[in-house]
Amino acid sequence: MALPGKIPRARGRGYYYLWVGVFFVIVIGLISMLSYATQKIDYTWRWYRIPQYFVYHDQVEYVAEIDGEVERIDRKGETATVVVSGLGLTETYEMPAAGVQVDKGQRIYPGDILGIHGRWRVGILIQGLWLTLKVSAIAIVFGILIGLFAGLFRISDNPALKWSAVTYIELIRGSPLLVQIFIWYFVLGTLINSLLAKGGIVQVPPLWFGVAALATFTGAYVAEMVRAGIQSIHRGQTEASRSLGMNYFQSMRYVIVPQALRRIIPPLAGQFISLIKDSSLLGIIAIRELTKATREVVTTSLQPFELWFICALLYLVLTFSLSMLLQYVERRTLAQ
Amino acid sequence: MINVQNVYKTFYVPHKVQALVDITTNVAAGEVVVVIGPSGSGKSTLLRCLNQLETADSGHILIDGIDVMDPKTDINKVRAEVGMVFQSFNLFPHKSVIENITLAQMVVRKRSKAEADQKAMGLLDKVGITDKAAVYPDQLSGGQQQRVAIARALAMDPKIMLFDEPTSALDPEMIGEVLDVMKTLAREGMTMVCVTHEMGFAREVADQVIFMDEGAVVEVGTPEHFFTKPEHDRTKLFLSQIL
Ligand SMILES: Nc1ncnc2c1ncn2[C@@H]1O[C@H](COP(=O)(O)OP(=O)(O)OP(=O)(O)O)[C@@H](O)[C@H]1O
Ligand SMILES: [Mg+2]
Repeated sequence: MALPGKIPRARGRGYYYLWVGVFFVIVIGLISMLSYATQKIDYTWRWYRIPQYFVYHDQVEYVAEIDGEVERIDRKGETATVVVSGLGLTETYEMPAAGVQVDKGQRIYPGDILGIHGRWRVGILIQGLWLTLKVSAIAIVFGILIGLFAGLFRISDNPALKWSAVTYIELIRGSPLLVQIFIWYFVLGTLINSLLAKGGIVQVPPLWFGVAALATFTGAYVAEMVRAGIQSIHRGQTEASRSLGMNYFQSMRYVIVPQALRRIIPPLAGQFISLIKDSSLLGIIAIRELTKATREVVTTSLQPFELWFICALLYLVLTFSLSMLLQYVERRTLAQ
Repeated sequence: MINVQNVYKTFYVPHKVQALVDITTNVAAGEVVVVIGPSGSGKSTLLRCLNQLETADSGHILIDGIDVMDPKTDINKVRAEVGMVFQSFNLFPHKSVIENITLAQMVVRKRSKAEADQKAMGLLDKVGITDKAAVYPDQLSGGQQQRVAIARALAMDPKIMLFDEPTSALDPEMIGEVLDVMKTLAREGMTMVCVTHEMGFAREVADQVIFMDEGAVVEVGTPEHFFTKPEHDRTKLFLSQIL
């Protein structure tokens, strides 16, 4: 197969393997340079410390608060109820049956351990990853909806709709996402939450302003893609659907938009991958997504090299999975 | 059934073209009219003005007594009664053959899926491609696609069918199968306006032939008239080129 702009030339196998070899030499060279440099500054790699930020084993202790003795232990399936009484007081403690450390009638002092229960908990990096995933997923869904309508308004004949869409798209595309996040959080967020407070209604947590910033930002780009996608559908499709008696909305909904959406899946995938990466900016408004979580762990663990590599890798896992998913969707829809 | 009175249409973009100049013509119910004329003579524009894919500048167009140029007319209702078949088929590529035929039935005519499916299968039988109901349009030959397009238009139970050069994008061996479907329709009494240069078709089923040139109707007559004694020099010249 000829590459664009190239005319294939007959070359031996040796040529191919030589340059594959060169590639690996470059990669290995870069890695060893990095590790040599870190040795020079006496950085100790401690990869074994990283797993605890993914999952860790946590021990919960059930501690007696009063003086007395164990009056009885009721075991009901997995859970046990330990009743302690003395000096006219009675306390009951519930804990997993397997972890009970005391016997009936045992003398108890305040601070004694009645039972221990160990369990696995997810670490801060996984929590951050989960939050990044959640924020991105919600922003993608709303971004698609906003973008779809803004894109349709953009090509509408109605000046109110058209100009609103143009203004929205140009405003969003013309300013940095970071500034938009600040506006959502410090301006709109303050306004909304102050008004809600006056009305005595619950406050909107920062997470939602972050999601709103990402969704409106993505929506503007999606709108332009939707517009281009719709305009790329042949006029004949509109004429055929309208000549069957469909009105504008029916023709859009059943004929034009489905075809346009299929066509814009590849650029949409790129936009959504950007969105996942851009969600790292939300750390600045106190949302503990993956990047902020990593920063917090770095300050406590003092293992920045490992952690930042891991952080990048986790983003790569997210973006790569999304890219695979959308490629699958694209193949599915184009296969028909 | 169709009354066209003094219709004018001028395009200004990309440059000024008088596509229709004072067109007046009538088509009675059950009549088959064939429109012929050189490229750029305004045949498509006339057809597209009938169902308002194009808006004429002035004049009147009545479809079954309804003035389609009146802004108060619900044009979607009129279009549902007027089927149109295009040169480039314009099937919906994201829908299977049967979905192409059922979509507008369900959306516009509000038929149930079962009802629409039944209608679609009947029409596929009529156009002779029942075995392709589940495939997508790009897996069909041109002739098959055009027959599906005809079935799609017929599914709305139209009173009028418009054909804009339905066979000119087809390989020669597929033209016959599409014309056969059109001839059947004509014999069943469908009111049809066909832009086509298939003179065999005109001779067999047309009641009227209209020859257009430079946006105007130059000559109108029966197929016999055109084959035996065309009056105008332009008509003679054109016929000598296509026959
Ligand atoms: N949408 C349009 N915008 C500008 N000019 C147009 C448009 N549609 C048609 N025209 C012009 O109007 C004239 C008549 O066009 P029309 O398509 O009706 O001709 P036709 O008889 O159907 O020709 P053909 O046999 O090539 O299909 C042509 O000069 C064409 O260039
Ligand atoms: Mg034409």
